[in-house]
Amino acid sequence: MTRQVDVLVVGAGPAGLTAAARLAASGAGRVEVLDREQRAGGVPRHCAHGGFGSWRDPLTGPAYARRLVETALSAGAVVRTGVTALDWAGPLALNTVGPAGPETVEARAIILATGARERPRAARLVPGTRPAGVYTTGELQQAVHLFGQRIGTRAVIVGAEPVSYRAADTVRASGAEVVALVTEAERAQVSLVRAQDARLRRRVPLLTGTAVAELLGHGRLSGVRVRRRDGRTAELACDTVVFTGDFVPENELARRGGLSVDAGTTSRPGVFAAGGLTHPGESAATAARSGARAAAAVMRPSGAARDAAAVRRP
Amino acid sequence: MTVTTHGPLPSASYDVIVIGAGVVGSAIARQLARHPGLRTAVVEAQDDVGQGSSKANTAILHTGFDAVPGSLEARLVREGAGRLAAYAAESGIPVEPVGALLVAWDEEQLAALPRLAEKAERNDYKEARLLGRADLYAREPHLGPGALGALHVPGESIICPWTTTLAYATQAVRHGVDLHLNCRVRKVSQGLLSTDRGPLRTRWVINAAGLHADTLDRDLGHHDFTVTPRRGQLIVFDKFARALVRHILLPVPTALGKGVLVAPTVYGNVLLGPTAEDLDDKRATQSTADGLTRLRELGRRILPGLLDEEATAVYAGLRAATEYDDYRITAHPEQAYLAVGGIRSTGLTASLAIAEYVVGQLRANGLESGPSRELEPVRMPNLGEAFPRPYQRPDLIAADPEYGTLVCHCERVSRGEIRDALASTVPPGSLDGLRRRTRARGGRCQGFYCGAAVRQLFEEARG
Repeated sequence: MTRQVDVLVVGAGPAGLTAAARLAASGAGRVEVLDREQRAGGVPRHCAHGGFGSWRDPLTGPAYARRLVETALSAGAVVRTGVTALDWAGPLALNTVGPAGPETVEARAIILATGARERPRAARLVPGTRPAGVYTTGELQQAVHLFGQRIGTRAVIVGAEPVSYRAADTVRASGAEVVALVTEAERAQVSLVRAQDARLRRRVPLLTGTAVAELLGHGRLSGVRVRRRDGRTAELACDTVVFTGDFVPENELARRGGLSVDAGTTSRPGVFAAGGLTHPGESAATAARSGARAAAAVMRPSGAARDAAAVRRP
Repeated sequence: MTVTTHGPLPSASYDVIVIGAGVVGSAIARQLARHPGLRTAVVEAQDDVGQGSSKANTAILHTGFDAVPGSLEARLVREGAGRLAAYAAESGIPVEPVGALLVAWDEEQLAALPRLAEKAERNDYKEARLLGRADLYAREPHLGPGALGALHVPGESIICPWTTTLAYATQAVRHGVDLHLNCRVRKVSQGLLSTDRGPLRTRWVINAAGLHADTLDRDLGHHDFTVTPRRGQLIVFDKFARALVRHILLPVPTALGKGVLVAPTVYGNVLLGPTAEDLDDKRATQSTADGLTRLRELGRRILPGLLDEEATAVYAGLRAATEYDDYRITAHPEQAYLAVGGIRSTGLTASLAIAEYVVGQLRANGLESGPSRELEPVRMPNLGEAFPRPYQRPDLIAADPEYGTLVCHCERVSRGEIRDALASTVPPGSLDGLRRRTRARGGRCQGFYCGAAVRQLFEEARG
């Protein structure tokens, strides 16, 4: 079965929802957002901390996610969750599947807003055993904030970027202790205030110039071996390790289509890109702005001209 | 149907106990299940079947073309290959007959190919053919520069090793075999096993303990073989690499071993490995920086494009190598004991033939097995990309929308499949066990997206 929409947005995170809200509000016709997760909102759904919204209207991640969904819906966009865009059925058509079965959705324009993710342990080629207790921040935050799962008792955080400090906060929120932050960089990649607060008030050591050389333990993680730049090694006892940052685009759909992704556009006329897919690891606000820009590109006569008035003008 | 994971063990005596629920032990249990008059149990130290060498190998269904002609291994691999291919088709175990190419990278290796072709003939394998350079590159356009020719072995296939062991165990349990997990055997004597969970009595003991088979053998006073764990580290590359390779790319074997291969997997990834490191530690299943560096160097030569893709997983398995160049299957009727030792990397392929051989030996040595029956076939959930997965089946989703509700996005695993695995005959004891039954959490994100949701389903099912 094939269905037609005017604009199809893949991914209901900050970029996709912002793009959909702008397009629906500007009269782009039927604007539909697909998300493979059961709930829309993207990564902010499981960022329990503040720092979202604007300085005048500060929000936590989950509140921000709800706000994005409400804005898109009230603008007239359709948001469908639990639906996966599997592959391309044509230049501007995608095969999808969900509990209602398979469906092909054809559009005048498609925005890929499929986001980004952290590179996990295996992709980083960290040697050692394969015990339980190995996380990325994404999995850790969902485990703690969405499902209330117990993680371990002592966690090593790999990285010293903003997301690493968020992961440390999540570890503490779960009742576990942060053993150390470990980074190969020479200093923490966060504000001095943030770094000092963690080091002095929380007494979390920051090991710079240090790499995680091996994971230890059978069944459950028992520690990590770290290596300093001078070659010295040490073992940190822990039952949890969180690999943070090192974001890569979630680009399966783009690659399946053979599309190269540039900021905002792709190599295929009528297919646009926004958010973490184009700038992995940027903030939700940055992703939302790139969603707005993608919406503008879809609406622009020049953008439309490439594809013979791709989208109805208001 | 009895699978136990804790608590007291039955006090009544079994007729046969198989120690070890790897691919070989599970196949033997399945073979014994044909005899309804036998009380049979499998005891396993770990929390799942197939947790040792059986889960961490190269996942190849061999033809046996390069076995030692005339050996027991050569015979059982040859018989087992055909049997497993038929069993896989019947049971829904994914197999892809992609064929293998033994690639020669220098003149010496090129000169060795005709000898390997002759060896294949002596092993009763008649399909192997020499390929010139042009034919080789036509078959494998992404192969690195410098290859001179190849031996094409079209019968070599890739298979899902997890489903195979699980199918055997499932079928055995459904036909009355008891499976006791978390039940490490501390000591074995004639007719009596001391385990972590208490004693077990039996008439016959079958030692299929893989890496630990020599330890148990010594308990009974034998010094037939010594197991030297040979570690094989492997890198699983992202599914984006799958289009780079069509065959199993084997090196030409040298005195130093079979070497490092590049092979597609039935899950749609590409495998690079294994290393071959002789060790003393039977728990040394860790990967090493040196091992991974070496694999990547070799991989870059074989298939340069491979290294442009990410690693999805890294693992290491231990092969149960012995000082012998053949299987060591020995019956000791005076002790009602049979040892299945030295089953190396070919054990998966040969498993069904090993099982039949072992039960034949038991009968020849006095086991009264009583009447036999045909087993009810099992139908395992499909984990392979070459066959329709549930998310690709509108009929299945229409009947049960849970098969259209995807939880693990990288591997496209539905909530329905996870639910089924958690309620199956031999349910998983851990998230890794669930991954081996469904592929959930096994993809490129390694749980970034779905890890917590999958864990939630697992913990809910366990109560």
